Amino acid sequence: MAGEEAKVDPMHQFAIEPLFGTQNWELAGYNIAFTNSALWMAIAAVALWVFVAGGMKRQLVPGRWQMAVESFTGFIDGLLAANVGPAGKKYVPYIFSIFMFILFANLLGLLPLPLGVVGIHAFTSTSHFTVTGVLAIMSFAIVLVVGFWKHKLHFFSLFVPHGTPLVMIPMIFVIELVSFLVRPFSLGLRLFVAMMAGHVLLEVLSSFVIDGINAASSGIGPVVALLSFILMIAICALEILVAGIQAYVFALLASLYINDAENLH
Amino acid sequence: MPQIAQLAETYSSQIFWLLVIFGLVFLVIGRGMVPKVMDTVALRDKQIASDLAAAEEARAKADEEELAWRERENANRAQAQALIAKAKAEAAAASEKKLSAAQKRLDKKIADADAEIEAARTAALSEIEGVAAEAAQDIVTRIAGVKVTAAAAKSAVKEALNHG
Repeated sequence: MAGEEAKVDPMHQFAIEPLFGTQNWELAGYNIAFTNSALWMAIAAVALWVFVAGGMKRQLVPGRWQMAVESFTGFIDGLLAANVGPAGKKYVPYIFSIFMFILFANLLGLLPLPLGVVGIHAFTSTSHFTVTGVLAIMSFAIVLVVGFWKHKLHFFSLFVPHGTPLVMIPMIFVIELVSFLVRPFSLGLRLFVAMMAGHVLLEVLSSFVIDGINAASSGIGPVVALLSFILMIAICALEILVAGIQAYVFALLASLYINDAENLH
Repeated sequence: MPQIAQLAETYSSQIFWLLVIFGLVFLVIGRGMVPKVMDTVALRDKQIASDLAAAEEARAKADEEELAWRERENANRAQAQALIAKAKAEAAAASEKKLSAAQKRLDKKIADADAEIEAARTAALSEIEGVAAEAAQDIVTRIAGVKVTAAAAKSAVKEALNHG
């Protein structure tokens, strides 16, 4: 399709390609090819490891790097303390991992990479709902496990707010149950859609730039190209913000759901 | 949309690698490194809190010591003040005594001198009387040729002297 139109396909950036000839790797009958998506997840993980390892000097008076890492852990700690309370302390490793992993994957996916010239493109793993969905289901599973383990069947009282009139209980219960079950989908889809929309927008604008320059003879082409380029720069800044905000929203909602399981209103 | 178009062929690899990589992130970074970082922070907070408490304690102790010092100082001052007052009073009493003794001596000397002067005067006076009586007797004898007894002359002189 991209070939016959000879144009930029804004969706091509999301295509998954097996790397290093691993397309036939299988595990129990399922394909587990090491794809570009897996590679960028691994890069995000390694970058995160390097970042946190740099803050492990454990000095009494922290340096800049250590300060940066400590401010992130302190941020997650504060988030959980505010939303879950003292019981939230034990979720810091999980929420920190999920927040930082999403943040690094989002930001790395935005890298324009001069390497694009030689055919290496940044891939945004978090623009695939197979990835965000698993992260969301994992967070939701923690909520369910903690909720039922801690409160047994009392956990169902989550679906009946205090002071509900008796006749309303069946209806409210169904509504609350549906809204509860929708959570993992909304959690995963929000991140996936936000990341994909931003990348598609950038890709479309960049195709305007290229087409505008190619159509230089028409006179209006370069003007469109320049305006699109300026807009692209602004949207790049916005996308960096979105990358941070979406990671924050994911961590915040996960901690709010954990609060439901821990404290059961 | 590759996310949907490629779903069937890629979902298993996506899920597998995500679980592997995120599992490693969670275990190595989340469970392994984050608690250490947070321990460092907690340790620092504890250190700062204990340092602050120690400083507060030291300040309280210094205040207490200052109070004690002030009390001691006040007592010392009062003692010194009392000592000075006592010395002053003693000195005053001693000088008073000395002065009164000197006064007494002087008074006595003055009294003695007065008595001496009085005695001298009386002696002189009686001598003058005797001389005057003799002179009078002499004068009367020479002028009137009357012999006057010494006693008569004396009483006459006395009368004349008394008349002044």
